[in-house]
Amino acid sequence: MTPKEKMSIPPQAMPEQDALERARNMREVALGYTAEMAKKEASRCLQCANAPCRKGCPVAINIPAFLAAAAEGDFAKAIAIIRETSLLPAVCGRVCPQEKQCQKDCTMGKVFKDVGKAVAIGRVERFCADFERESGAKKNVDVAPPTGKRVAVIGSGPASITVAADVRRAGHDVTMFEAFHKPGGVLVYGIPEFRLPKAIVQNEIDGLKAMGVKIETNFVVGRTRKIKDLMEKDGFDAVFVGTGAGLPKFMNIEGENLVGVFSANEYLTRANLMKAYNTARSDTPFWHGKRVAVLGGGNVAMDASRMALRLGAEKVYLVYRRSEAEMPARIEEVHHAKAEGVEFRTLQNAKRIIGDENGRVAGLECLQYELGAPDASGRRSPVAVPGSEFVLDVDTVVVAVGNASNPLIPATTEGLEINKRGNIVVDPETNATSIKGIYAGGDIVLGAATVILAMGEGRKAAAAINDYLASRGHK
Amino acid sequence: MWYNIKGMNRILEKKQLSENVYEMVVENPAIAHERKAGQFVILQVDEDFGERIPLTIADADAERGTVTIIFQTVGASTTKLSRFEPGDEIPVFVGPLGKPTDIRKAGHVVCVGGGVGVAPLHPIAQAMKEAGNKVTIVIGARTKELVIMEDEMRRIADELIIVTDDGSYGRKGLVTAPLKELCEKGDVDEVVVIGPPVMMKFAALTTKPFGVKTIASLNTIMIDGTGMCGGCRITVGGETKFVCVDGPEFNAHEVDWEQMLKRSGAFRAEEASAKEHVCRIRG
Repeated sequence: MTPKEKMSIPPQAMPEQDALERARNMREVALGYTAEMAKKEASRCLQCANAPCRKGCPVAINIPAFLAAAAEGDFAKAIAIIRETSLLPAVCGRVCPQEKQCQKDCTMGKVFKDVGKAVAIGRVERFCADFERESGAKKNVDVAPPTGKRVAVIGSGPASITVAADVRRAGHDVTMFEAFHKPGGVLVYGIPEFRLPKAIVQNEIDGLKAMGVKIETNFVVGRTRKIKDLMEKDGFDAVFVGTGAGLPKFMNIEGENLVGVFSANEYLTRANLMKAYNTARSDTPFWHGKRVAVLGGGNVAMDASRMALRLGAEKVYLVYRRSEAEMPARIEEVHHAKAEGVEFRTLQNAKRIIGDENGRVAGLECLQYELGAPDASGRRSPVAVPGSEFVLDVDTVVVAVGNASNPLIPATTEGLEINKRGNIVVDPETNATSIKGIYAGGDIVLGAATVILAMGEGRKAAAAINDYLASRGHK
Repeated sequence: MWYNIKGMNRILEKKQLSENVYEMVVENPAIAHERKAGQFVILQVDEDFGERIPLTIADADAERGTVTIIFQTVGASTTKLSRFEPGDEIPVFVGPLGKPTDIRKAGHVVCVGGGVGVAPLHPIAQAMKEAGNKVTIVIGARTKELVIMEDEMRRIADELIIVTDDGSYGRKGLVTAPLKELCEKGDVDEVVVIGPPVMMKFAALTTKPFGVKTIASLNTIMIDGTGMCGGCRITVGGETKFVCVDGPEFNAHEVDWEQMLKRSGAFRAEEASAKEHVCRIRG
């Protein structure tokens, strides 16, 4: 095919559940490509020699190569290429912000001066991963002979899953510790079923188990057992800390502790992990807000607002102080939220939450904002318009303005260096912490980031752990 | 290695202490070994659909590897838990969570427990005694049948005062009366109070004029218990604190009790209907 022919292939739209129907069910919104669509989309790739897509990928997947294989219909080969560097393609194909990574500098997108017309790398990746899983072609990963070394992986989110797999592959004995009753971290408590089906995460966890990774749930390292004891008394030779950014930030405005105000973490955890949406079976009570305001503009804010619709809210506002162009959320999620009926209130921000005589939410007072000069993040900073106060009639407020680092591990691990934001300080090359044998990665190091960045950190840390253990020789 | 034997959570003993209050001795060597006075566990009666409920540890035996919990049936989950029998395993039992009580020799410590709050007070009173303090214990209950752990507390206390609302046992009245008298004597160095929020609120109001350091242990709504959800947050001294990681114990004079009372009732309607539901199906 000539470049011109490739350019004439229309971008393949993602089949989706009908917007109004899906807004009332928990099933996955994006239905996935058919094989034919995946081939067509993959064949749009111009196979650029300089592969700008690859530079945009935090784990540098050989994108042109896997797209070439997919274009031929050889999905097994395509997934094998993806798996050379990525461990969670079914997850990343769904949740990566591709338009800010691999698809951002795609030549095809540049040709059309529209990132939306870049090759849909993520969608093809997702198809290949789903094809592998559904066809039963997923191979068990080869594990090297036992080394006698033991590694504790703390947390079971994307960074930890990656480390567990890569370290186990080298023949080390790996135990993963999870505080909750189900492994998967943010992939199960945070990201909703309609965006990332839990069965896909479970499949990855099952893969780890098949490799021989031991998983200890209901185990809060730092409380049930301190890291020092794991290393000194329980015989772990190395530890990876991937406990994530689990400490919700609030706005610090009046009324934030009223009944009916939730962190997005709580709101989503109740709905996802605790299955509160299943009122017939779940014992976890859920706050059935009829009129919900979600504060924030990231993926979590999109998830929370769309979850509110699915839990029966009649009206959902998304209140964000900048304009839509500055929203950190994936474009696709923004589109989905709008299509499902979430009302976007951009350039508005919460000023205070109004309570009734019972201490319950009775309204949200907001201010109108406008964009001023760019701030440190490079985005134009929002400035309040004096005297522009107005009240949104809501009974529920969900705060989705990010997470700080969870303090549990630093607080219970003497000598572990953290920065002023509470993130664990690591060597950027090896992800080694200030304590020998302890490594860290993912959001606990980066602050709240993305699944694929966590995975990239995990790969680096795992390589360093494998080197470290090899250098210590056989026991 | 503790982690290898942490997970059985088998109930070894079960006792009904009063109409709605149960005591269970649960096998969990890891928690029994690590726990300190003031810490709590989170449990679930069903791994898939159960809610997560925080319960303060009433006692533990590191040698035997057991943890004692005492709970009152409030919603669906505690009602279901009350139907577990010795030999059954609690599907999820995680901890110990929260910061331990600051135990040191203060002099004369008054421990005030209301209702089922006497249970978590027990290990604190015990540790305070072991640290060399003179310990006075005040137990309050609505009526005689609801007085729990009297014998255990009597073993620790230099002086034990029991009050009941209806006067059916001990003194008639509220815990605030003896607490005030003790403060008036002027030799109280510290007060620890655990019980229903409204009781803790009035205990705090009682000690405040005397400037006696008063610690309250809060039992709020929680999910993970590790700081992730923020459902347990409460205003203390004008700042938002997370009970699970910053607490559960706080300066009682700084806690926003009105907010605490309102927040604990967030799901009251749901709890009542769920309990009713469970009782109808199973009871």
